[in-house]
Amino acid sequence: MSLLEIEKLRAGYGDTAILHGIDLAAEAGELAVIIGPNGAGKSTLLKALFGLVATQGGQVRFEGADITGAPPERLAGLGMAYVPQERNVFPTLTVSENLEMGAFSVRGDLKPLLDAQYGLFPKLSRRRSQPVGEMSGGERQLVALARALMKTPKLLLLDEPTAGLAPKTTEEIFAHIRSINRTGIAVLMVEQNARRALEIADRGYVLAAGRNRFTGTGAELLANREMAEAFLGG
Amino acid sequence: MELINLYVVPGIVLGCIYALGAVGLSLVYGVLRFGHFAHGDMMTFGAYVTLSAVSLTGLPPLATLPLAILVTAALAVAVDRLFYRPFRDGPTIVVVIASFGVALMLRSLVEIFWGADDQAYESGIRRPILLFNMLLIAPRHILIITTAVVLVMALHLFLSRTRLGKAMRAVSDQPTLARICGIDLDTVSLWTWIFGAGLAAAAGVFLAIDTQLDPNMGWNLLLPLFAAAILGGIGKPYGAIAGGLVIGLAEELSTYPLFGGHPLVRPDYKTGVAFAIMVTMLLWRPSGLFRGRVY
Repeated sequence: MSLLEIEKLRAGYGDTAILHGIDLAAEAGELAVIIGPNGAGKSTLLKALFGLVATQGGQVRFEGADITGAPPERLAGLGMAYVPQERNVFPTLTVSENLEMGAFSVRGDLKPLLDAQYGLFPKLSRRRSQPVGEMSGGERQLVALARALMKTPKLLLLDEPTAGLAPKTTEEIFAHIRSINRTGIAVLMVEQNARRALEIADRGYVLAAGRNRFTGTGAELLANREMAEAFLGG
Repeated sequence: MELINLYVVPGIVLGCIYALGAVGLSLVYGVLRFGHFAHGDMMTFGAYVTLSAVSLTGLPPLATLPLAILVTAALAVAVDRLFYRPFRDGPTIVVVIASFGVALMLRSLVEIFWGADDQAYESGIRRPILLFNMLLIAPRHILIITTAVVLVMALHLFLSRTRLGKAMRAVSDQPTLARICGIDLDTVSLWTWIFGAGLAAAAGVFLAIDTQLDPNMGWNLLLPLFAAAILGGIGKPYGAIAGGLVIGLAEELSTYPLFGGHPLVRPDYKTGVAFAIMVTMLLWRPSGLFRGRVY
């Protein structure tokens, strides 16, 4: 049994279907990436997983339990965390308040959880009382990541974590994602930086036009000529 | 001195009333995302509940304020469940129109139960107190300002120190992300109504203490309330407090006879000052002084 199993998932908005039957599995502790051209449905897949887009068919299982179409509030309590591409921080709240929201359902003192995140992200430790809206794009992304890690999820869903960031910040984020994965947290990541993503991935899924196109380990996909020409570009 | 006693102090008192009403309006707009046109009538309802409490118990109005707050909060939660919730998933304008309907219903209920005539908590003339040998301030004004400060501080502590208060601010920022964090929007909405309506009830009681009661008292304040909320940045509670004080002072000061013997603005047109400020803000900087939400 895989940690996350997606079987023939169809999802979309109203009468329009964006995903036409996606199959995907993520193993515990694995770093899996989803790549593909714009409009392939990569972001829609993560949104459908987390109950933000209507599921129109198929099944999703997490740790064996059926979570198809479950609302985000429920998934937050099951050990799944999600960082959307946009609007992924609370801008008028401070860094520490953003992190506290990540552990909203946790009873009792949050200090140990906060300290753990400040240990992982020293940059944030120095800015605890700063409203996040005043921070740079890269720093906001760190807050978004730290917020999702507060309850130590089993699976972390990331939608284009390096979108719009400078190359140096992009490398910083990838380094964080790798060390998060090394602590045993499974990562399922949509990325536009296809080549870089495959280099750090255990497994890759290439989507196009709402369907699976290629599946394999990171290395296999990087070596695949047909795929490289069509999808990798730079 | 005449400026302070006859214009600035009443302006601050009016500002406190506007501030408390506008904070509720801003909270509801931020969390529930619609302009609540029945907010003024919630103020009216709170004032009239106090009227009954005062005539039944003989206590001063401020002593029965907690009761007015509780009853008005309960009313708001019931109104939300009955009239706003069913329309939440549709276009926002539908909920806004529903709130117009609720406003009409509340006003009529007040007229049915309490009558349409003007009323007051107590009759008779009370003398103002002389402070520091210069400041002539009515005891009721001191009470209103002090209680308003206490209520605002309580709200501030709730929003900045409690988990639920922070969740309310989070939902106001990004409701979808709040859901992703596992925050229950229904619980946050419930407490938004409780605080919003509670503060409106207090504002209504203060207004009745300062002037008198009539069924249209809250409805007539809707324009300055919205002006205050927009001035401060709609969706930003602290902005609404500042906005309320500015509008209250502006309205009172606008009637000051700055040049010669005539007031700058005829007292009949005082509300026009609030309207002018609101229109100016919407044209110049719709997000308000403290950058609230524009949509």
